[in-house]
Parts: sequence; structure tokens; C-alpha cells
Amino acid sequence: MSEKKKDELLNDHNHDGVDRRGFLKCMAWAGTGAFCVMKGGVLNSYSLSRLSEISTPDMMGELSFVQISDSHMGFNKPANPDVAGTLKAAVDKINALSRAPEFMLHTGDISHLSKPEEFDTVDQILKSATPKDVFYVPGEHDVLNDDGKQFMERYGKGGKGAGWYSFEKKGVHFIGLVNVMNLKAGGLGTLGHDQLEWLEDDVKHLKHSTPIVVFAHIPLWSVYPQWGWGTDDSAQALAYLKKFGSVTVLNGHIHQTMQKVEGSVTFHTAASTAFPQPAPGKADSPGPMKVPAEQLKSVLGITDVNYKQGKQALAVVDSSLA
Amino acid sequence: MRRSVSIAGLAAALVLGTVGFGTGQTSRVANAQEKMSMMEVKIDNFTFGPATLTVSVGTTVTWINKDDIPHTVVSTDDPKTFKSKVLDTDEKFSFTFSKAGTYPYFCSIHPKMTGKVIVQ
Repeated sequence: MSEKKKDELLNDHNHDGVDRRGFLKCMAWAGTGAFCVMKGGVLNSYSLSRLSEISTPDMMGELSFVQISDSHMGFNKPANPDVAGTLKAAVDKINALSRAPEFMLHTGDISHLSKPEEFDTVDQILKSATPKDVFYVPGEHDVLNDDGKQFMERYGKGGKGAGWYSFEKKGVHFIGLVNVMNLKAGGLGTLGHDQLEWLEDDVKHLKHSTPIVVFAHIPLWSVYPQWGWGTDDSAQALAYLKKFGSVTVLNGHIHQTMQKVEGSVTFHTAASTAFPQPAPGKADSPGPMKVPAEQLKSVLGITDVNYKQGKQALAVVDSSLA
Repeated sequence: MRRSVSIAGLAAALVLGTVGFGTGQTSRVANAQEKMSMMEVKIDNFTFGPATLTVSVGTTVTWINKDDIPHTVVSTDDPKTFKSKVLDTDEKFSFTFSKAGTYPYFCSIHPKMTGKVIVQ
């Protein structure tokens, strides 16, 4: 009953474009399993439990994909002694989505120690996911010991430099960025001059109405610099994307969901499929956070993204593995 | 009679004590020097402890990772004076500092983690 009231409240608002407060309110419910969909400039929210009541053409976009992140294959400490098991649970969750995603994005820290067997295990587990195409960007745990050579060979073919690339799906332009290479002492994530130059050129000729999805491991906004949760030169990247009416930035690295809206840019971080980390400043350090075993799956998750051609904003929905 | 014995005794004790003390002091200094040639930095909670370590030339510094997440130890100079492979929990990395100087370093996975070895 109270859910219905919430829906009415949002529908009553006059939105022209994205209403920041309304969107934020809506996104805050996403963690509990809610949908936020833009329809004719108005934000509508629906709880996942009401999904069956809502007509498919209304709710389901024409493009559907899933983001997973931070599988850390090889991690075996108390925070999660079975990261393969929780990754399998994530795949089960993906396979149970009412609309099968067309592909997946993995926003990095695929492996924990860049070991070949760790990458192999993830590849094996993801084979049983319905979406067969997976697009990867590396996390700092994927480029240890070899300056990212192994990652490039496995997942970066066709990418430029340290493995950045772009592709198009149903009119949406996807950009995979690498911000975990050549990190400087005391610094944050970094994109670097070559990648920024490539980005500027990559989006130069795109129409302003083209929806953009950028995915990279470390957040491209300043979540918590004290813990390295940010990217030194992301402002330059975002400047190249300023002209677009809809930009969705999908990141990982912080092992918890977080959202921020800034004008036409929606920033979103995904949960990990391996272990959670503390909220900014809520612990001495950003290490693995232990929770009671029965709660573990509720703090891990996947992100489902839907886009309907003709609409601007993408609908981004987090769901836990519980 | 007793007094002189006791004085003698005291004197003897003092002499012996001094000799003993002298020997003890020498061996203590030797031990201290041995200790100085091997120093340890503990990595825990995304921190190098101690963050600044001062050692004498010829000292071997061993970093040990006590954190539940992997870290590296990489000097910030170019070309790099030292660079460890990735250290998982309980793994170690050692480097012997043969030249005086200041050696800032960091964890290349978590670059906010920084430390310094001062070699005198």
C-alpha cells in the first residue's frame, strides 16, 4: 500500500528531463529491488514484486544487458571462502531475469592474483550464463606481475593501448576504459593522455542524442579519495562527454552499490560477486568486510540495465544474490 | 677485618662487575648491530608499518604482508631500485640497501599506500 503511494507521488511530479531529487530517491530504492524507468520524461518506480502486473512493452527496453564486477577468483579468506560459488549464484540470478540480457559487462578484478587458473575458472563459470558475449575491462588485480599482458591476450584483443575500446549496440555507444595501469604513488585511478586523446576522437562525430555507456573499474567520480576511490583525470574524460544527453557510467572496485546523478550523467557502481567492502570512512581501511555467513549473499549482487530506443535514460537495477 | 673483607669483596665485585659489564656491553652492541642489519616492515590494514624506516647501509629490510588482501612493494624511482612481485597474505619480500639515500615506495595495487626507507 505504501509502495503504491510512493509511485503516485513520483508520477505527480512535473519532470522535464531528469529530476535529480526524484531520480536519486528512486535509485535509493534500487538496492531493495526496485525499477526506475524513464517514460516520456517522467520517472516511474515499480517494485520488482509488481513486475508481472506491468505490461512488457512498457517496462522492458529494447536493449538489455547485465553488469557484474569484482569476482576476485582466487580469494579465499574468511570474508568469502567460496567466491566461485557466489559467482555461480550470480550466473543463476542472471539466467533467472525475466528478459534475457543480450550481453554482459565485467567491470574488472576478474581474478584476485592475475593467475591463469583464476581467469580460466571465471571463463568456465560464465559459460553457463545465458548471455554469451562478455565485455571486460581490467581491475588492478588483473594486471599484476606482467603489466597486463595476460589480460590483453585474454580479453583485450582489438583494444587500443592498455585495452580500451568502444562498440555499438542498438544505437547505444559503449566505451570500455582502463584506469588501473601506471598508477602513481599516492594517486588514484588514472586514464592517461593516450587514452583521453583516443576518447575525444572516438566520440567526436557521434550525435548528441546517442546514449553513451562508459564502463571502467575504478569509479570515474570522487567517491572517497582517501581510499583511492576515484580517478585523477576523469574530469577530462567527462568533459568530452558533456555534449551528450544521456551518459551512464558503470564502475566497480568499491564492492558496494552507489549512485550519483550530475546533469545528464548517471554514475553507478556495482556490488561485487565475491565480498563486500565498508562504506566510505566506516572502517580503518577498504579491505574485505566480514558479514555473518547467512548475510553474505545479500551484500553481493548483479546489475541489470535496460534501454528502450527513443528514450534517453537507461534503467539501472541492482539486485542482490539473496 | 670484616670491613676490609667486605670492602675487598665490594671492590672485587665492582671489578668483576665492570669486566662483566664490559663484556656484556660489547656483546649487546654486537647483537644490536646484527639486529640492525635485518629490519622488518609489517603490511596490514592497507598500511606500511613503520611508514618511515631509518636503517644503516647494508641492512636487509623484509616486508611481510599481514593483511587479508595482496599488496606490492615498489620504489617510486625510475629505473626502480626495488619492485616486489605481488605478495599475498604471509608472503615476504626482502631488499638489501647497499647505498645511502632516501627510498620512497608504494603499493602499486593500492597507490595511496606509501612508505619510505632512509638509508644512512
